[in-house]
Amino acid sequence: MEIRAKPTRMELNRLKGRLKMAKRGHKLLKDKRDELMRKFLELIKENKALREQVEAQLSSSFANFLLASAVMSGETLEEAIMYPKATVNVDVEMQNIMSIHVPKLIVTQREEERKNATPYGFANTSGELDSSIATLAGILPQLMRLAELEKAVFLLADEIDKTRRRVNALEHIMIPQLEATIKFISMKLDENERSALTRLMKIKDIVRGDESA
Amino acid sequence: MSMYKIAVVGDKDSILGFKALGVSTYPVTGKKEAIDALRAIEKEKVAVVCITEAVAQEIEEEVERLQRQPLPAVALIPNNKGSLGLGMQLIKRNAEKAIGADILFGKEGS
Repeated sequence: MEIRAKPTRMELNRLKGRLKMAKRGHKLLKDKRDELMRKFLELIKENKALREQVEAQLSSSFANFLLASAVMSGETLEEAIMYPKATVNVDVEMQNIMSIHVPKLIVTQREEERKNATPYGFANTSGELDSSIATLAGILPQLMRLAELEKAVFLLADEIDKTRRRVNALEHIMIPQLEATIKFISMKLDENERSALTRLMKIKDIVRGDESA
Repeated sequence: MSMYKIAVVGDKDSILGFKALGVSTYPVTGKKEAIDALRAIEKEKVAVVCITEAVAQEIEEEVERLQRQPLPAVALIPNNKGSLGLGMQLIKRNAEKAIGADILFGKEGS
């Protein structure tokens, strides 16, 4: 396959420039892909480990919560946590990984609230509820980190996919096409040159023949 | 710097505990409510959305759409009936997409 082009010197120069550009772009994109991959592997390993950890802790918290809801009546339970005294906010900073914007989350929780997250008195509630909420409060920062990681991994995977497509398109389509076209043009130009030369020689012969006759 | 909120979406029993932490909770049942909740979350300044796997399963496209935007970050959490393994699956899918082969879960075979 080759791009249709007029076999002129100007066209040839233009295509050579494009080929050079394509090769450079290919190299750069390949480097980008490799770096993205490295980052991605780092993140996804952490992601997996963290998810396992968070899931385990969440289930233990849920188990405690289930026990609490079994021991206490539904109304008391709801009443106990109806009005949370703590408020959790997050700060967001944008991080730039290879021109992909990934949010970085910073949980801001006041110290005394972290230590004592229970918004209710202890009179009417069961101990299971306390420990359930304590674990939950404990894993909140990890949960934020998990969310952040998952987003980063998702976006990186997308970007790697895109970059890989571009690299492949350049490597297997653009560059061979350009090379084929350049070859075609230079052959054609050489051919033209040869035919011009033979024509000249022929004419010269004819002219000489006329003179000697 | 502005402050962002954390939101939790899921069935009521699973996410009640989060409420005690001062996180905004969106109890939902069924697909339509879940989508409405996500739409509402989008309008607020929310940085993190935790969705229980059971709910996320029903509204997969919406979740993916949110994840594609810079904010909020979405995390799947198990509900009180245990993990469906959806979060892990998602990690696996990402790995496959990026690398072309699954490298993390290779030993378990699949």
